[in-house]
Amino acid sequence: MRIPCPYCGSRDSSEFSYSGDATLTRPTPDNADAMFDYVYLRDNPVGLHREYWYHAAGCHAWLKVTRNVSTHEVIEAVLAHDEAAS
Amino acid sequence: MRYSLTSLLRQTLTGHKGWTPQWRDAAPKAEYDIVIVGGGGHGLATAYYLAKEYGLTNIAVLEKSWIGSGNIGRNTTIIRSNYLLSENISLYELSLKLWEGLEQDFNYNAMVSQRGVLNLYHSDGQRDAYARRSNMMRLNGADSELLDKEGVRKLYPFLNFDAARFPIQGGLLQKRGGTVRHDAVAWGYARGASDRGVDVIQNCEVTGIDIVDGRAVGVQTSRGAIRAKKIGIAVAGSSSRVAAMAGMRLPIESHVLQAFVSEGLKPIIPGVITFGAGHFYISQSDKGGLVFGGDIDGYNSYAQRGNLPVVEDVCEGGMALMPAIGRARMLRNWGGLVDMSMDGSPIIDRTHIDGLYLNAGWCYGGFKATPGSGFVFAHLLARDEPHPAANRLLLDRFRSGHIVDEKGQGAQPNLH
Repeated sequence: MRIPCPYCGSRDSSEFSYSGDATLTRPTPDNADAMFDYVYLRDNPVGLHREYWYHAAGCHAWLKVTRNVSTHEVIEAVLAHDEAAS
Repeated sequence: MRYSLTSLLRQTLTGHKGWTPQWRDAAPKAEYDIVIVGGGGHGLATAYYLAKEYGLTNIAVLEKSWIGSGNIGRNTTIIRSNYLLSENISLYELSLKLWEGLEQDFNYNAMVSQRGVLNLYHSDGQRDAYARRSNMMRLNGADSELLDKEGVRKLYPFLNFDAARFPIQGGLLQKRGGTVRHDAVAWGYARGASDRGVDVIQNCEVTGIDIVDGRAVGVQTSRGAIRAKKIGIAVAGSSSRVAAMAGMRLPIESHVLQAFVSEGLKPIIPGVITFGAGHFYISQSDKGGLVFGGDIDGYNSYAQRGNLPVVEDVCEGGMALMPAIGRARMLRNWGGLVDMSMDGSPIIDRTHIDGLYLNAGWCYGGFKATPGSGFVFAHLLARDEPHPAANRLLLDRFRSGHIVDEKGQGAQPNLH
């Protein structure tokens, strides 16, 4: 599996560490139910999955990667920072 | 047909023409008291114990493929109960006790072999951690033994004891642990359940769960609708997909775990060995192949196959532990889907939907739990209350904070 890092180009996935579902939004701490959902519950879908990968052995950027979890095909990788700013 | 020396002799004299299929290939009926989704080891064991222990036989086990096609045939066949937390030991020790009597119980040769499971330690800190684990195991009724370096050397003289980076200092041995012929477990439970009247239905994929007024009343399948008074889900690896049919989100991610087998060799490894300085474990099958594995790949996956970095990592672990295996060739490797739960421990509980029960979250430790899982899930389905050996592995523990986290990793499934 190779991930197209926007800075470093196509790199082996073993350079990255994985941090799971990137579609979750952190709720405010006073909302206990929403915080439980955020910390523990996952859609865990078949097919396309938006997920965080951190380029630990590269540029140290956090990426949002779209990947097909049924085939391991990587569709797209964008900088998480850019997406948060837009 | 009951299997015995007499039945074998009789068949031998008549040219082995009288053997019958081991279970009925049943067609679905319109309604059952209990429908179990998933014809893997856990689902079949659940049906078996429901019939045997609770006298409930109007039961269907629905399998989307054929019996033995999923994780029951994809694991590395190891059984043990060497856990740290009493919530886990109680269940896995119950399971180990059931393994010990299983073949007589279901009249089937599952090749249960208590050849011992040895976890190596490589530092003073790790020795102390294993001493604590060993004490916890004994406090909870399991067997354990802490070996020093010479004790390990007597068992396995060929290990790399004086490696510069990770010298072997000793190990935690559970003699009652071992290996089992995994396919035979599925076959034995299917046969035992079927003989007692359970319908084992293959090629019957569940596509929907019917819920009326907050109560589960049946399932939609590729072979038509089936009504049920109670529905038990036992589909670890795909639990989120099936739970989603009931509108539920689970504290689970699906990951892929790879396993490997070498070409057949003469006997070299009498028991099960795990490397303490990396994630690598190995045993030798009765056919002679070395069966080994390591970490999960570490990302969400439904692919039933992994990638090369883990293959490399596992082989490096093997070479560090016992350089001799570098001469053996790898014959096959494959992947299985595992439910990685948010605390690394399983979930066996009712759900908020009446009549819908969940058995999930087995991480990479489901095989050893097969008899225990079936036994406690059958209790839950029959009695509507958790079995005492599994009464802290509940679904709401994540909300209430009573998590069962062996490693203390927190809600990061790929680290458990």
